[in-house]
Amino acid sequence: MIYDLVIAPFADFAFMRRALVGGVALSLGAGPIGVFLMLRRMSLTGDAMAHAILPGAAVGFLIAGLSLPAMTIGGLIAGMAVALLAGLVARVTALKEDAAMAAFYLLSLALGVTIVSMRGSNVDLLHVLFGTVLALDDAALYLIAAIGSITIVALALIYRPLVLECLDPGFLRSVSRSGGPVYLIFLMLVVLNLVGGFHALGTLLAVGVMMLPAAAARFWTDDITWMLVLSALGGMAATVMGLLASFHLGAPSGPAIILAAGGLYLVSLFAGPVGGLAAHLLPRRHLEA
Amino acid sequence: MTARGAIGFRDLTLGYDRHPAVHHLDGTIASGSLTAVVGPNGAGKSTLLKGIVGALRPLAGHVDLGGLTVRDVAYLPQIADIDRSFPIPVYDLVAMGLWRRSGLFGGIGRRDHVRIDEAIAAVGMTGFEKRSIGTLSGGQMQRILFARLLLQDAPVILLDEPFTAIDTRTATDLLELVARWHAEKRTVVAVLHDIETVKRYFPETLLLARETVAWGPTGEALSPENMLAARRMVEAFDPRAHVCQSAA
Repeated sequence: MIYDLVIAPFADFAFMRRALVGGVALSLGAGPIGVFLMLRRMSLTGDAMAHAILPGAAVGFLIAGLSLPAMTIGGLIAGMAVALLAGLVARVTALKEDAAMAAFYLLSLALGVTIVSMRGSNVDLLHVLFGTVLALDDAALYLIAAIGSITIVALALIYRPLVLECLDPGFLRSVSRSGGPVYLIFLMLVVLNLVGGFHALGTLLAVGVMMLPAAAARFWTDDITWMLVLSALGGMAATVMGLLASFHLGAPSGPAIILAAGGLYLVSLFAGPVGGLAAHLLPRRHLEA
Repeated sequence: MTARGAIGFRDLTLGYDRHPAVHHLDGTIASGSLTAVVGPNGAGKSTLLKGIVGALRPLAGHVDLGGLTVRDVAYLPQIADIDRSFPIPVYDLVAMGLWRRSGLFGGIGRRDHVRIDEAIAAVGMTGFEKRSIGTLSGGQMQRILFARLLLQDAPVILLDEPFTAIDTRTATDLLELVARWHAEKRTVVAVLHDIETVKRYFPETLLLARETVAWGPTGEALSPENMLAARRMVEAFDPRAHVCQSAA
């Protein structure tokens, strides 16, 4: 019974195994990245960047068709360009970074959809927007695994300044000049993970596996280390649950994974011990000291 | 040439939008001295500290750190831009004081852990190590930031209104740390409002009202005439001010 429900789909079907590996590898990097985005109050920036990737991928698609390297490189360039331009505008002009980011990502998204629609079909557009987690080929799997590995190693290397830049930027400036470069590396990691996610889940859903487990993890611990671990694990759990649900119910797999992550978030929102709704609605009696 | 650990001001003008907040400041804070910076609101006290650490580029003149670099200066801003909601324990925040020694990748060894524990004990916060920083009161947070300053082990320490909105006992405890730094021959500069504190603990005083009103031994600098002169400073910038012609 349990075997049929949980194990058999993965044991019997290669495409399910591939989707599982892709989702788990993606969660490994994207989960921790999401935690840092959330702590930096950049949750919506991830969303904006995901849209910003589109025209790059579309140009890659125009040049080389549904080619993995072309679309990846295009997406990377477009994502970084929007992030850097927004940062530059925020520093040089009176516009704040969120407004600059909104302006550039809207431009970028409109440009991307225009390019894909003029040259491709609606099917192609759906592929780019919603991904194909059940049709990951070897190259895409390697790419996602590589991005996950790079992310974990890079985060370990820049961990101290990244935490400090977020916690106490003034102090970091007073002891080190690494703040600027570290922020750039972090943005690059965000774009990398979104590009990885976009092959599996598409640009719109890639953010989901990044932000939802991170937001859920916030309700369970007050320690950033555990938050990073929980976020990665949450993404993996959502992958398994989403894939199984899509298998048994015939639901589209990408959205199913994000819905599973959303379910984790809602459960955490209600039941999480650190500032969750349950603690708010059912206050326990106060302690002696 | 400024001595090591001393801070020299050479015709220093600091300000915002070309309006000077510190105007033509000249002089030297001696190495190993304990100096209070006093003056009315808008006198340029915080601005001066920002100028020393290089957070604000001078409009004219320069700061001479005498062989030290900005990295040798530990600076506690008035309102530290710390994200108090960040999920990190007290212990880790204090440990960041070791940055100069451990840097980006350096390990924190057993001796470092001992030093962190000692710093936390020195500010009377033993037992709080695992608490999340979001649960601390204002005074407790200030104690923790002093523990981090202790670990930074810097030859020059700048404090911007460190005892504002803090109870007397905490202030007294922290002032003892300041006295200890002074005994260790570190250069300490603190912006303060409480004249009694200045008179009791600080041998030197710079009375600032955009320009130097008085600078020297605290008793003389804070004479009634000087205090009155400082209070006469006009706070608002003159939007139609002319370009300053005074000799550089």
